[in-house]
Amino acid sequence: MAEENIELIESHDHPLDGYLREGRIPHIFCPGCSLGSITTVLVEAILEAGVDPKKVAVVSGIGCTGRIAGYLNFDSFHTTHGRAIPFAIGLSVTDPDRKVIVVSGDGDLFAIGGNHFIHAARRNADITVICVNNFNYGMTGGQVGPTSYVGQFQSTTPYGTVEEPFNLPDLAASCGAVYVARWTALDVRRVKDSFVEAITKKGFSFVEVLGSCPTTYGRRNQLAEGKKILEYFKEKAVLQHGMDTKKVDIEKDGPMIVGKFVDIEDKPTLTDHLLEIQRKGEAALNKGGKK
Amino acid sequence: MSEQKILPREVLTGEHFTTGNHAAAEGAIAAGCKFFGGYPITPSSEIAEHIALRLPQVKGHFVQFEDEIASIASILGASWGGYKSMTATSGPGYSLMLENIGLGMMTETPCVIVNVQRGGPSTGLPTLVGQQDIMQAKWGSHGDYEPIAITPSTVQECFDLTIDSFNFAEKYRLPVTVLMDEALGHMSEKLVIPKEEKIVRVNRKTPTGPPEEHLPYLPDKDLVPPMATASSGYRIMTTGLTHDERGYPVINSEAQEKLVKRINDKIRLNKDKIIKVEEYQLDDADIAFVSFGSSARVAKGAVNRARKKGIKAGLLRLITIWPFADDHIEKLADQVKKIIVPEINYGQITREVERAAHGKTEVKGVFKLGGDIHLPEDILKEIERS
Repeated sequence: MAEENIELIESHDHPLDGYLREGRIPHIFCPGCSLGSITTVLVEAILEAGVDPKKVAVVSGIGCTGRIAGYLNFDSFHTTHGRAIPFAIGLSVTDPDRKVIVVSGDGDLFAIGGNHFIHAARRNADITVICVNNFNYGMTGGQVGPTSYVGQFQSTTPYGTVEEPFNLPDLAASCGAVYVARWTALDVRRVKDSFVEAITKKGFSFVEVLGSCPTTYGRRNQLAEGKKILEYFKEKAVLQHGMDTKKVDIEKDGPMIVGKFVDIEDKPTLTDHLLEIQRKGEAALNKGGKK
Repeated sequence: MSEQKILPREVLTGEHFTTGNHAAAEGAIAAGCKFFGGYPITPSSEIAEHIALRLPQVKGHFVQFEDEIASIASILGASWGGYKSMTATSGPGYSLMLENIGLGMMTETPCVIVNVQRGGPSTGLPTLVGQQDIMQAKWGSHGDYEPIAITPSTVQECFDLTIDSFNFAEKYRLPVTVLMDEALGHMSEKLVIPKEEKIVRVNRKTPTGPPEEHLPYLPDKDLVPPMATASSGYRIMTTGLTHDERGYPVINSEAQEKLVKRINDKIRLNKDKIIKVEEYQLDDADIAFVSFGSSARVAKGAVNRARKKGIKAGLLRLITIWPFADDHIEKLADQVKKIIVPEINYGQITREVERAAHGKTEVKGVFKLGGDIHLPEDILKEIERS
């Protein structure tokens, strides 16, 4: 495209004004990192989902992705490493109309916080969990993580990663998540649509976004620029809606299967059960039940 | 937090014969607790069991989590959701909770943790008494913070002081620990629950100004900032990182000094309102016991026996264990020729008493390592050594 054709709009306004915290930008994300665009897409999705912004709470753990909550001008909670999900459950059950969204990274949600993830899915907590999977621990300098694939090089796997990675969609689906999808950060339109679906879904919804981390993942794995990682995603991504999640694991140089894999309607949530238990508790009282 | 109406069965007014664990659970409900996140552990499990039955009757929620870490994280979340919240555990579980107790301190989140102590370290004595988590409750989480911890001695106090703990948590915005012990948790005795109107309930202060001008960590004169509830339009911003009055992370020494000083000083400046002790036969005493929890019951018995023998013994019972009753100890050290500290550990509060006595009198600990409470004779022997 010839440069003279680009029309520059001079404005002091930003389309997300009012939804980003004043004075918090510029963010800490590296050049080429996809977290900036994922932040934008998340705000757009919240607005498009039609939920009352007042009723939105964003909870993060620790790590690069964990910083997203702090940039957003919703109720935002930056918690401890791995514990965003149980914190979010406390927020969720105390107001059935509150929309609680957990945004965090693969290490935070699936290594230190893995136990909370599987149990939250099992109990169908009414929360949305978004995992930006960048295949490594970015903030701490690029150590191997639970989604690093075999053969990947990281600072603590100088001889190459040997352990099998988690297949996140399959983990979520097998534990009972009612909505499971995976996208690459390149596909922002589908990411946004999927966030909208997840946010409006009743119950435990999960979206994995494969993110670009040129600084601590890419440069050790011949993908030293954000653009190169996105090109790699473009080359490897295969859209397969409804794919059996057992078959969506990620291998070195293999295809990256993306799409919506699980979408279940009307499964009672943890909050539904708790409200039902309250009805039973009150009934027991009225019958002169024990103290 | 919206105005709470007391529901019909929140306060079970009347006389009961019950355990410390059940009394603590009823105290929590009477205080207005509406969310409990917990994980089973001996010897505290009866608190979770009882509250699982009771909370749904008073429009509250009980959730049994996958571990103690999730339990404490959930009650922090529920507290921001506007519910008074609680968990209960014992030493191993308390160890797991410590990181998020620190988050509660840093984000100034009201909640209550009951620790029914058993013998440690490690798995130790699951079914038997200990008082070995006293220092853990003070120093357990990393960094500087000034905790509040309460040590009830009777089943009645398990009820009364759990209410006080909720009130402290709400007033000063921090996690408060009720340090019970196995003997007390499993002991049955009389509990009198007063009428509803006699129960004092403190609710956190909430912001009243326009949300766009709200600074979530701007303190009032008492150093405590008003706390917005989630979904109230104040767009809460909170983080365990060092932060400024806007709640924004600021990673430098100036912000650290200002914040950490304040979250400590809000307790230090109010310590006289927080510290409670019982003085028993101290007026003319020349020998004093300093004790707390189940041990203080035995110490009281020892005072009575000593008095029968003509020994002028007395007891200073620490009801608030943190912040520590330094001034009471110093005054006592001026008065008596010896302070004896019976505790079911290898010398935790004894050191604090030594520190606070400033060398003005002899301080001697009488230790049991857990598994049993002292016999009065164990303590009396120490008097005779004087």
